Amino acid sequence: MKLTIPELSLVVLIGASGSGKSTFARKHFIPTEVLSSDFCRGLVSDDENNQSASKDAFEVLRFIAAKRLAAGKLTAIDATNVQPEDRKFLVALAREYHCIPVAIAFNLPEKICHERNQQRPDRNFGTHVVRRHVQNLRRSLRGLEREGFRHVYVLSSVEEIAAVEIERQPLWNDLKHEKGPFDIIGDIHGCADELEALLQQLGYEAINHPLNEGSFWNTPVYHHTQGRKAVFLGDLVDRGPRILDTLKLVRNMVLTGNAFCVPGNHDSKLMRKLKGKNVKINHGLEQTLAEIATLPDTTREPFSKEIREFLDSLVSHYLLDSGRLVVAHAGMKQELQGRGSAQVREFALYGETTGEIDEFGLPVRYNWAAEYRGEAMVVYGHTPVPEPEWLNNTINIDTGCVFGGKLTALRYPEKELVSVPAAQTYCNPIKPLFPQPSQDFALTAQQKVDELLDIDDVLGKRFITTRLQSQMMIRQENAIAALEVMSRFAANPKWLIYLPPTMSPVATSTEPGLLEHPKEAFAYYQQQGITEVVCETKHMGSRAVVIICQNVEAARRRFGVTDEGIGICYTRTGRRFFDNPVLEAQLLERVNSALTASGFWETFHTDWVCLDCELMPWSAKALELLRRQYAAVGISSRLALTEAVSLLEQASQRGVEMSDQIDRYRQRAEMAHQYVTAYRRYCWSVEGISDLKLAPFHILATEGTVHTDKDHVWHMEQAAKLSQFDRTLLLATTYKAIDLNNPSSWAEGVRWWEELTAAGGEGMVVKPMQFIVKNTWKLVQPGVKCRGREYLRIIYGPEYSTPENLENLRQRGLSVKRSLALREFALGIEALERFVAHAPLRQVHECVFGILALESEPVDPRL
Amino acid sequence: MLLTITTTHPPATELGYLLYKHPQRCQEFPLSFGTAHVFYPEATEERCTAALLLDIDPVRLVRGKPGATSQGGTLEQYVNDRPYVACSFLSVAISQVFGTAMTGRCQDRPELAQTAIPLLAKLTVLPCRGGEGFLRRLFEPLGYQVTAQHHLLDEEFPQWGQSQYFTVELQHNIRLCDLLSHLYVLIPVLDDEKHYWIGDDEVEKLLRHGEGWLTSHPAREQIISRYLKRQGRLIRNALLQLVEEDNPDPDSTEERHAQEEEAVEQPISLNQQRLDAVVAVLKQNGARRTIDLGCGEGKLLRILVKDSWFEKITGMDVSYRALEIAQERIERANLAPKQRERLQLIQGSLTYKDKRLTGYDCATAIEVIEHLDLPRLAVFERVLFEEAQPRTVIMTTPNIEYNIRFENLPAGKLRHKDHRFEWTRQQFQTWANQVAERFGYKVQFLPVGPEDPEVGSPTQMGVFALVI
Repeated sequence: MKLTIPELSLVVLIGASGSGKSTFARKHFIPTEVLSSDFCRGLVSDDENNQSASKDAFEVLRFIAAKRLAAGKLTAIDATNVQPEDRKFLVALAREYHCIPVAIAFNLPEKICHERNQQRPDRNFGTHVVRRHVQNLRRSLRGLEREGFRHVYVLSSVEEIAAVEIERQPLWNDLKHEKGPFDIIGDIHGCADELEALLQQLGYEAINHPLNEGSFWNTPVYHHTQGRKAVFLGDLVDRGPRILDTLKLVRNMVLTGNAFCVPGNHDSKLMRKLKGKNVKINHGLEQTLAEIATLPDTTREPFSKEIREFLDSLVSHYLLDSGRLVVAHAGMKQELQGRGSAQVREFALYGETTGEIDEFGLPVRYNWAAEYRGEAMVVYGHTPVPEPEWLNNTINIDTGCVFGGKLTALRYPEKELVSVPAAQTYCNPIKPLFPQPSQDFALTAQQKVDELLDIDDVLGKRFITTRLQSQMMIRQENAIAALEVMSRFAANPKWLIYLPPTMSPVATSTEPGLLEHPKEAFAYYQQQGITEVVCETKHMGSRAVVIICQNVEAARRRFGVTDEGIGICYTRTGRRFFDNPVLEAQLLERVNSALTASGFWETFHTDWVCLDCELMPWSAKALELLRRQYAAVGISSRLALTEAVSLLEQASQRGVEMSDQIDRYRQRAEMAHQYVTAYRRYCWSVEGISDLKLAPFHILATEGTVHTDKDHVWHMEQAAKLSQFDRTLLLATTYKAIDLNNPSSWAEGVRWWEELTAAGGEGMVVKPMQFIVKNTWKLVQPGVKCRGREYLRIIYGPEYSTPENLENLRQRGLSVKRSLALREFALGIEALERFVAHAPLRQVHECVFGILALESEPVDPRL
Repeated sequence: MLLTITTTHPPATELGYLLYKHPQRCQEFPLSFGTAHVFYPEATEERCTAALLLDIDPVRLVRGKPGATSQGGTLEQYVNDRPYVACSFLSVAISQVFGTAMTGRCQDRPELAQTAIPLLAKLTVLPCRGGEGFLRRLFEPLGYQVTAQHHLLDEEFPQWGQSQYFTVELQHNIRLCDLLSHLYVLIPVLDDEKHYWIGDDEVEKLLRHGEGWLTSHPAREQIISRYLKRQGRLIRNALLQLVEEDNPDPDSTEERHAQEEEAVEQPISLNQQRLDAVVAVLKQNGARRTIDLGCGEGKLLRILVKDSWFEKITGMDVSYRALEIAQERIERANLAPKQRERLQLIQGSLTYKDKRLTGYDCATAIEVIEHLDLPRLAVFERVLFEEAQPRTVIMTTPNIEYNIRFENLPAGKLRHKDHRFEWTRQQFQTWANQVAERFGYKVQFLPVGPEDPEVGSPTQMGVFALVI
């Protein structure tokens, strides 16, 4: 005997103790699908037969079952379930998670059950227990469907039980195997002229099909030569001029496999009317009925029946393309997608309302899309809008054709909108289709939703999956610290589409007197199978991310930022670089002018750009740090060591033997002076914009593109080109491409570094030629820094260069820093890619927040 | 790292006996953090100078000893003034290298050790947090003649200003042991920093070395408070590293700024009046379930939690450090478990919507909004009035008009360094009225503190009531 059960169901086994439920469950379900009350009794009391633990056991069982159903997992309940109240809570549970409750009853004679129990030493209860079970079961059998079970199977003999085969059936709404491409079409409401025009525009051809020959339905079938399929979002009927034509067209496409259709609330109401239900004839239903009434008497009846059957066959919503696309008339919340219940159908037809009534007497719709978090794209209609707008990966394409708007289709996966304007206004809407522009009309729905980020998207332990690296953990300890920085100091999150990753230094060098040397950088990349690298001079300033929009309008349109100028310059922790807004505005204007002069906007088809830069001098941003730490060490070390030398010399002149000490302290005093020389090189006072230097080195992103697909020479060339248009502000970075397979090229790279650092330069950054490189499956460091001998005094202190200190410092581990650099790099690129793909801000923000968290010192969560 | 002690008490070379260090030798003493050298740059009958030179290796202090398993050591930064300045390292060295001299004993010259002799101590680089004034307040009451030379941070960048460092000479007719004790205690007090963990034994050390002079010292309270570092720094937290760029130490600056603000407002104990006013309004509005947004270290919470009229009290702040302090203080109040369980602390932000903020009768935001950048205020408005939507909202913020009445607040300066703005009464009321209008509230304004006929009260309060 074959039992068919829906893939997502709550299977309730019903039977007396000893009726073979557990054996049956073991045979037909995987172990984790089965929740047994005995097992739960054991969990809470160490005794599977401890009846006094039943209450706790069922609480555990319910809890686990709820988690499984929420996750969309079939679950079988192995308990006697012979009492109606036991089953009632299970049916309620299935409903809560929109799963289908299935009952399988084991109606065996009392005797068999009793004998089986006697063979089991742990079941020493009397015959009366089984007798009561069996009595209760038999009393229940007839009422199971009424209790809410959608499938009821009663097995009445041992043989029958043994012969059972279970077939799991996908839900009707599961069309995941349909991969498209699709043309999804919004509410038609009898506007067949526009529909026909739209289909033609989309490339469908009307052909005559044998299907309907001679029947009332004999109208052409629309078919796409390239195999595209149409998806109708319902509300085919009511209000418009050619309602029955619309029905015919859609039905024919559906029956011939050229289209799918989900029902709308108007279609559903018509169906109920045709079924003879008492419905209120309004909102255009009268027009549909009038069209039907004009049919000749002979065809009216059979035609009405066929309409009814067609409408009745429509499934509330569909999951298409492996679940990546969901279509429903009024939308579909994530937790209802792919599920089956009356509530799911209700939502698909009507959406949700807040219970309030607006000024036009219409129910206020609850904006489920504003809170939508699902992975699947949801395309829907139902509520007419002037223009379709993306919101959290959902889009409403009902553009009110019947109200004089237009009929719109969304091409999937292209995400292109195609529409045909209404030939006329067929029906006057109760609420004007084009609302009065409000104060914040300038922002899109997505931008408005993005104004408020949710703390749940950043706080606590979280995992972020990026294209480059999956499942990166952001620890709670780090998020705690990042939240404070983000909230108190960071700029408007709408600007923060990227944060630069930390960069690992090279492995330490063993060259005498040196801690870092380019040889190690080259060797690292060679080891990763890379043959070409680019060496770029490392600037000693402060890292700055600069976003420039072509104008204020572009800033509003693309970033949703108003009244904050044409862009921003921010630091690696997301703070505004400048405390002085005038200086920032000047800098942005200057870069903007250079971009305009260089033809950047046209070349890149963009009106914004995100640049990764270094801003000099170091003292512009780091003045406080310089005063508190660097200069302080400079003056104190020079004073102390000079004085020490002079005292030692005095003592020595008295004849005390201390030549070793004198030499050492002279050397130390000398290093203190070298240290001061080193940091002074990066300091000059900033009176205004003319004292600043900006060196862009990555053209990170422009509209539609993250430029990580270009190599670093391209980035250098673009930056150099730009710098020609403002030579006083913009600094082109010098660089050298090195062929690692060529020893003389390699040597040239080393020589260049030696020259740079001998002149007191900071050193260089060595990057693989390609922006993103994977060695088999692992990411390769996007760059390593190789700093000069003098510069490193600023990092490791004035006296780092003594042989003992170098020896100690060479023991630095790189693995932690390198792993961090890769995670931050992956998150940074992901943030840009999400932004460029117009993802909701929270998805960009979680990456940026993640970088900030990774950079934060962990805080022990002790509260 | 460098201290010299000079005497002109003839025969001056007897300083060698007192210090137990021979004037003709250069001696080395290993210490846990480096090496101390003692030598005499001059040693004649008329004048004798002993030098204590500390050799501290910063690389080792950051990395730990080579081969040591645990990462990190005493210091966090390689670029560090600690090896070069007179600080707690020097105090430790004094007590270890001149330990006997410090006790006032001397086998060979017992009387000399107990005699006040002309002594001159010179500290080449002494960090003085609190400036020359504080330096003098510490040493002059003890009878020293103080000479101090202040140093620029960098002579090539005079615009960077003065460093914290002074070259200091202290001259006095005094017993050597007293000089050493004074230096031992007061060097780290001036530096306001210690390289080691402060435990209970630190109190004992202070009392021992302060014997006979500390009790009567006019700056006694400051000395004790600084010497004991107020509190252990529980977390040199993440913020430190991240905000380091241009924010020094968040803990200490935060505290200092808070103190500054308090000091400004002190004469009228404004804070207390503010809290009293808030509690009164809470009760009038029947707000038994209250959330304090930006609770800081929990001043309001501690009042509410002691009053059993309040049923549920939640404190939220973005600073985890502040919440930890709030928690410590609440634990210290020794509340009964029943009382304590009404209160919870959560980390949260005013710029993210947060479902934990719902379900309260009232939300208070006491001296909070002025810590938000003006452009971020719009988000806060929605988080509070649209998402959390409590029945009552109590907000206070400084009235900038009143600032001219604060004697110790320079004109044009805001009350707290982190204040992003301060508003006039008109500005606050305009903003609050707009917010109330937009989100369906009614707002009432109340003065907090003494009302000045011209400039109003120092704090302004807005009480928003949801219109149902």
